[in-house]
Amino acid sequence: MAVPKILGIETEFGILHRGVPEPNPVTASSLLINAYLSRCSAPGDGPGAPRVGWDFVDESPSLDLRGFSAFDAIAPEIETHLVNAVLTNGARYYVDHAHPELSTPECLDARDLVRFDRAAEQILIESMAAANEVLPEGQEIVVYKNNSDGKGNSYGCHENYLIDRATPFGRVAVHATTHFVTRQVFTGAGKVGCELPGCSRSDIDFQLTQRADFFEEEVGLETTLKRPIINTRDEPHADPLRYRRLHVIVGDANLCEVATFLKVGTTAIVLAMVDDDFLHREVRFADPVRALQEVSLDQSLGRALELADGTTATAIELQWDLLEQGRKYVEERGDEGVGGPVAHEVLDRWGEVLATLEEDPEPLVGVVDWVTKRHIINGYRDRHGLQPDDLRLMALDLQYHDLRPERSLFARMGAETLVDPADVERGMTTPPDGTRAYFRGRCLDRWSDSVVAANWDSMVFDAGEESLRRVPMMEPTRGSRAHVATLIDDCDDITELLDRLSGRAG
Amino acid sequence: MAEREQVRRERIERDPESAGEATAPAVSERGERLKDELDDLLDEIDSVLETNAEEFVKSYVQKGGE
Repeated sequence: MAVPKILGIETEFGILHRGVPEPNPVTASSLLINAYLSRCSAPGDGPGAPRVGWDFVDESPSLDLRGFSAFDAIAPEIETHLVNAVLTNGARYYVDHAHPELSTPECLDARDLVRFDRAAEQILIESMAAANEVLPEGQEIVVYKNNSDGKGNSYGCHENYLIDRATPFGRVAVHATTHFVTRQVFTGAGKVGCELPGCSRSDIDFQLTQRADFFEEEVGLETTLKRPIINTRDEPHADPLRYRRLHVIVGDANLCEVATFLKVGTTAIVLAMVDDDFLHREVRFADPVRALQEVSLDQSLGRALELADGTTATAIELQWDLLEQGRKYVEERGDEGVGGPVAHEVLDRWGEVLATLEEDPEPLVGVVDWVTKRHIINGYRDRHGLQPDDLRLMALDLQYHDLRPERSLFARMGAETLVDPADVERGMTTPPDGTRAYFRGRCLDRWSDSVVAANWDSMVFDAGEESLRRVPMMEPTRGSRAHVATLIDDCDDITELLDRLSGRAG
Repeated sequence: MAEREQVRRERIERDPESAGEATAPAVSERGERLKDELDDLLDEIDSVLETNAEEFVKSYVQKGGE
């Protein structure tokens, strides 16, 4: 039985500070986040973002999933001096390199993760409003949910999936690669132009994804250079004897809710099948990196990808194959570890989208980002009779991802929604029910003054005693509403909670 | 080649079912509506597009992340 596919998304947002001669993105990102935190903790505004810092004690981003510590890889640096906060919805909101980054709380199914991904967007929108209130006249901070500046610089939208430590990593790599290369047909956020070395706007006017141009390796530890399709960072943020966390760096940030839903929903099902050794046909590409780029560059979706055994297949054919296996898997093994009833919605939607892509992608405007963006770009180009390399088309591309509601082109597309806006708003301050994020968020909400630090797998409290008390949270499914809601509601103060958790009382 | 044929055949066998999904009324209606709405949309885009597109594109420079 596969371990439950706990899910999360970390998004690095593009940021512009307009109206200053020499903008500094690190300063702008700090200002943005601090403005949000101040707004939330202002008296009368209610809870939202108490000033609790992130705890780095257990972080070791250079450990490698393949089982060795990298010696020639560059270990990512942790910038502890920059703003780094935990929110009452269980998320982490911080400055990473030169970008504001938000990591959603851990979710149990794809629909709930869509809700928290949308809540993250709303938090960024509110942050912009808060920052722009304190900036001098003529200055503005603008945030973009994309992954490339069109000039060869990329920043990520990473997905996280809990997998079984016992699953051989080679098996994960083979099947995940097949999925990551081919799922681009519905996960791509679209891009005007091409950032591959030696490739120009006149060669490629539009491609399916933001990210494919930036990948150079099949498997590896790096995330900032020589990016690999399979990232091997081994930092489970959970019991390391039972779990791995697959850190997926190859995807695009999506604005279409259905695209996010399918991106994480289909991947969770594929990884559950890998955990349970359910996939017997191994598809290996002759050259996975080339295949990744071929799929992204092919708007016809008919490109024959070369396989290692000398045969070929298209991305959509390989997706049909995974879907077929996924249906069989859920039918035979049940939906428990892959989001329960939501897994069936994922399977239905997956088939529907593949069929439409095969027939004519155009009706997927508002469902799949690259189709939506292309609809705008081509319509505008035809109306104004523009050449494919006109800079205005690149401006449209960037502005598609602009998060300001009054400027966002995506927001004008009437995209299909899967979650109620009221539930999204609730998700800005309230954690998901089904994971330890519930415990983290509720404790911050009720006892923020006593929380010294928090991270994914523990919290440290100061209950006014001689020493601080750390509560380990190594099991991501524990600490859910079902486990701890009554306990938290019943406790009058933090000491009572800690005593009852450690069995000293009650 | 045998495997390739296998994939194709499975796809054809699936087709009756998938064709039904692809032409579901909601989807084709949506396609029609999109065509009608494009003009309105483009009018609106003209009004919200960054005023100096060239300068905007040039100024949009990010540091690599992750």
